[in-house]
Amino acid sequence: MAFIPHTREDVESMLAAIGVGGIEQLFDEIPANLRLAGLSGVPEALSEMEIGRLMAERARLDGRPLCFIGAGAYEHHIPAAVWAIATRGEFYSAYTPYQAEASQGTLQLLYEYQTMMASLTGLEVSNASLYDGASAMGEACLMAVRANRKSRSQRILVPTTVHPHYRTTARAVAGNQGLVFEELPYCTEEGCIPVGALDRYDGQDVTALVIQQPNFFGRLEDVDALCDWAHARNILVVAVVNPTSLALLKPPGEWGASGVNRGADIAVGEGQPLGVPLSSGGPYFGFMTARMEHVRQMPGRIVGRTLDAAGRAGFTLTLQAREQHIRRAKATSNICTNQGLLVTAATVYLSLMGPAGLERVAAASRARTRELVGALTRLPGVRRLFRGPAFHEEAIGLDRTAAPVLEKLAARGILAGLDLAEHYPELGPALLVCATETKTSADIERYVGALAECLREARAA
Amino acid sequence: MSNVPSDLKYTKTHEWLRTLPDGTVEVGITDHAQHALGDLVFVEVPETGRKLSAGEPFAVVESVKAASDVYSPVAGEVIAGNPGLAAEPEAINSDAYGKGWLMRLRPAAAAAPSLLTPAEYQKLIAEEGG
Repeated sequence: MAFIPHTREDVESMLAAIGVGGIEQLFDEIPANLRLAGLSGVPEALSEMEIGRLMAERARLDGRPLCFIGAGAYEHHIPAAVWAIATRGEFYSAYTPYQAEASQGTLQLLYEYQTMMASLTGLEVSNASLYDGASAMGEACLMAVRANRKSRSQRILVPTTVHPHYRTTARAVAGNQGLVFEELPYCTEEGCIPVGALDRYDGQDVTALVIQQPNFFGRLEDVDALCDWAHARNILVVAVVNPTSLALLKPPGEWGASGVNRGADIAVGEGQPLGVPLSSGGPYFGFMTARMEHVRQMPGRIVGRTLDAAGRAGFTLTLQAREQHIRRAKATSNICTNQGLLVTAATVYLSLMGPAGLERVAAASRARTRELVGALTRLPGVRRLFRGPAFHEEAIGLDRTAAPVLEKLAARGILAGLDLAEHYPELGPALLVCATETKTSADIERYVGALAECLREARAA
Repeated sequence: MSNVPSDLKYTKTHEWLRTLPDGTVEVGITDHAQHALGDLVFVEVPETGRKLSAGEPFAVVESVKAASDVYSPVAGEVIAGNPGLAAEPEAINSDAYGKGWLMRLRPAAAAAPSLLTPAEYQKLIAEEGG
């Protein structure tokens, strides 16, 4: 089947058929005061040659630093086959195609992706992806409001151990739709949510509780107790998870004490660690899985397997009555674009790694972070901020303001961590540091040596 | 021709309402509405105890080609949603005025003046080309 754009003749004959003089006239119903005369902040279009040069220059400015920052985006090794396959012409599109069923290969890939994400998160159904982890959390909160029919409050409890950008994004996506986000403070000793602090919500109408695992500090929340607390009060649980960590940690679908058999209702997260490079911040992709009972409230596209009229197996978009081309204003979401190309990379990545490979990545990342934090905290003036288990990042305290230290190390080609001062000033001078399987012992020694020198110089000054 | 039983009340949005002997009411969608929607594959009925105002959406009916809200003809409190529809949404197609009921409601006020008589509803769907 050919996909051919409309010719000028096509366009003219369509306009003539509906009796409209030009395409511009189709927008007449939008009042003039709502229309933008020009885009003053947006520069003129560049040619492919010009944009290629600009991007290459920007990339050079980034340099090739040794990166110890995680905080939501993680540098993992990407096998060469991943992008060699993802950039094949047959896959090279950001979208699920229009007339999706004509593209059986794309649909099968999305179906395999959904199957792997459902399996990884321990939940029954996955969509074909969302924009990124942060907006996926916003969508999950909206979905929870639709799905929790026992609650009328639209109140969402969000611990401050959830990524600060995710909290901001969720408010931006859902705040104007009447959702109320209430922040739960964390314990500054443990870096976690104290389960007992939730007691003050007893007897109140709460729609959903968001739990990030591992949390922003890399610490492990008591997800079983939190999940059971919520479900005992008809509160839905939205899990925000790092997909790599699920090779080692209990999947959200199994959260809760054994025997209760409930688990999180919705799981979302950032898919970037699965085969997508850091790329100065994006594009990434969000994933979302859920219990089957909530599937009709799920946003995004869902691919199903079916039989055609001749009884042959095939793939199709399914449950489309949720989507805006059918449900219009009442659609489960009006952000419908998935990140098809990045999902293609993630699907190839997961297929190549398999469960054992992903577990090796997770275990190696955790071991490297322990090695890093162990070495850093042997330096005078550097300490671990929180007790207890963590996944592949941890918060460390410094005896002086972090920003100048980070600047000095950046000048030596080392991104030494994320300064926590902006979002968590109560912690004092502190860094969030991360090491994945991509860091060697020599890399860690280089970082520790440079930091030791920086701190020595600072003390002498 | 659509079936419009003479013992029910109707709305412009194609719901029917039956007053039961105890003063409570039963609500569903009309035969005309089920026919327009086609084969139903999913129905979401309201939670018991939910308070509804007149005209408020209380249920969703989804067919293979469309999903639509269903609006409460009167204000009141939900006594029951039809539990059978989860497993058998097609009961609305086969028996819109019987097994296909959507909810039972305790009305907040006795009178509901804005509802259509069977004759008025017949006229409405005739005008709509039904």
